[in-house]
Amino acid sequence: MELATQIGETVTDGLAYLGGLASLGTRAAYFTFVAPFQGKQLRLQRAVSQAMQTGVRALPILSLITFFIGLILALQSAYELRKFGAMNYVASAVAISMTRELGPLITAIVVIGRSGSAFAAEIGTMKVTEEIDALETMAIDPVHFLVMPKFLAMIVMLPCLTIWANAMGVLGGGLFGVAQADFTWWRYIQASLDALFLRDIVTGLIKSVMFGITITAVGCYEGLATGAGAEQVGRATTRAVVVSIFMVILVDLVFTALFFFISAR
Amino acid sequence: MEQISSAAMESEAMISLRNLRVSYGEREILHGINFEVMRGETLVILGGSGSGKSTLLRTLVGLERPSSGEIWLKGRNIAAISRAEMDEIRKKIGMSFQGGALFGSMTVGENVALPLREHTKLEDPTIEIILRLKLDQVGLSGFENYMPSQLSGGMKKRAAVARALAMDPEILFFDEPSAGLDPIIAAGVDELILELKKAFHMTIIVVTHELASAFLIADRMVLIDKGNVVAIGSTAEMRASTQPRVRQFLDRIAEPEVSQELDYLQMLTEENRRPGR
Repeated sequence: MELATQIGETVTDGLAYLGGLASLGTRAAYFTFVAPFQGKQLRLQRAVSQAMQTGVRALPILSLITFFIGLILALQSAYELRKFGAMNYVASAVAISMTRELGPLITAIVVIGRSGSAFAAEIGTMKVTEEIDALETMAIDPVHFLVMPKFLAMIVMLPCLTIWANAMGVLGGGLFGVAQADFTWWRYIQASLDALFLRDIVTGLIKSVMFGITITAVGCYEGLATGAGAEQVGRATTRAVVVSIFMVILVDLVFTALFFFISAR
Repeated sequence: MEQISSAAMESEAMISLRNLRVSYGEREILHGINFEVMRGETLVILGGSGSGKSTLLRTLVGLERPSSGEIWLKGRNIAAISRAEMDEIRKKIGMSFQGGALFGSMTVGENVALPLREHTKLEDPTIEIILRLKLDQVGLSGFENYMPSQLSGGMKKRAAVARALAMDPEILFFDEPSAGLDPIIAAGVDELILELKKAFHMTIIVVTHELASAFLIADRMVLIDKGNVVAIGSTAEMRASTQPRVRQFLDRIAEPEVSQELDYLQMLTEENRRPGR
């Protein structure tokens, strides 16, 4: 009996949390796509500086990580492929798994570590120092002022970063292909492009937009839900990272399944 | 001067609270507050830690929703209006927070200009002039390009007051204006409040537990204890009050020690009963 109530509580808490995320995400989307046409300002300047922070400054570390991931993928697939003497399929294996899955996912995880946590810490600190309250008393909506620029920056930058990550992954695979599988760089890239359909890239990009929305919603929600005290900011930041990773994987699963059943028809 | 302010007091109530109750979850913090704030007066809300005075202030500016009762502010009951209507009222009030609550990522000037940029269509040069004027009023001329982290505690409070003044509010709220400041700097902030009062005839509401500062700036005072109004009156009336709770607060007498075992037991059980009500 007690177990049943506990499960019930956990489920309702989880649903309430999802509801909170959905409502925050919806309001951010409203301020981004609808409100500018009703005369409310689109905070482009803040969004651009946010995009610099979450997007451009993430490039070095993201490039390095996805290059290595591409190399690892090449090594792992070659381990199996060389049994069949099919080493020339390394290029397509790397290209497809990068664009469909690992490019968007690794990008999302790097962005969670850099920006999702920063969103929660920034907004959480503002909550603790009464800056959020100050916004409210000045009749400025905190979602409009703080969340909307992050939202816009993320839905633009995450697909861009993903395209970059895909390219770096292919180059990483290419290093193995050229060194070990008798490819030239030119032929490796040709083989990668031949293996890809537009659909592979587009599904990956759609996923990356959804990841961007998820990461912003979780990071900002955790920040706004911060209680009183500095240690609460730390907790909000940790929770933002853990919950974001979980939610991104969940969203990934849902969309991968969706694309699978759509393409099966 | 005295006559003008008392005449103004009789004329019109700026804010009136009717049986205001506020709860956090199950726990009721304010148990039915009634009082009025007159146009142009400075009202000090006094009370110890945990008395509910900060909650009262947060409710007055619309940061907390009352569980029941009415708050009449500029002819509207803000306990029962929509967010958009509240935002319209908020453009006419200013609030100075305890720690200043300046935005750390913006300069002092950007902080003060923010409400103007958000809510008016003024050109940048006009905003620049208003900004300099407001900073001058609080004695911070020339500090517009400083970051809040470069300011001392007293300067942060002054900058926060400048931001609260930006939209020329009719009512100005202060949360613990002298908290965390040394006596000299705190006296400076009190001086600033007196100057604003003299210059603009604004309605000013100050929450504090600093007695010296309270008696200096107040026209009238309200003493809040455990979520109830204990006493309300002019500074002279408060000084002359014989009410035990008022005397205890004004004479800084510590809470009497509970010596009787039975009393102690009763106190414990009482505390336990309270949330269940």
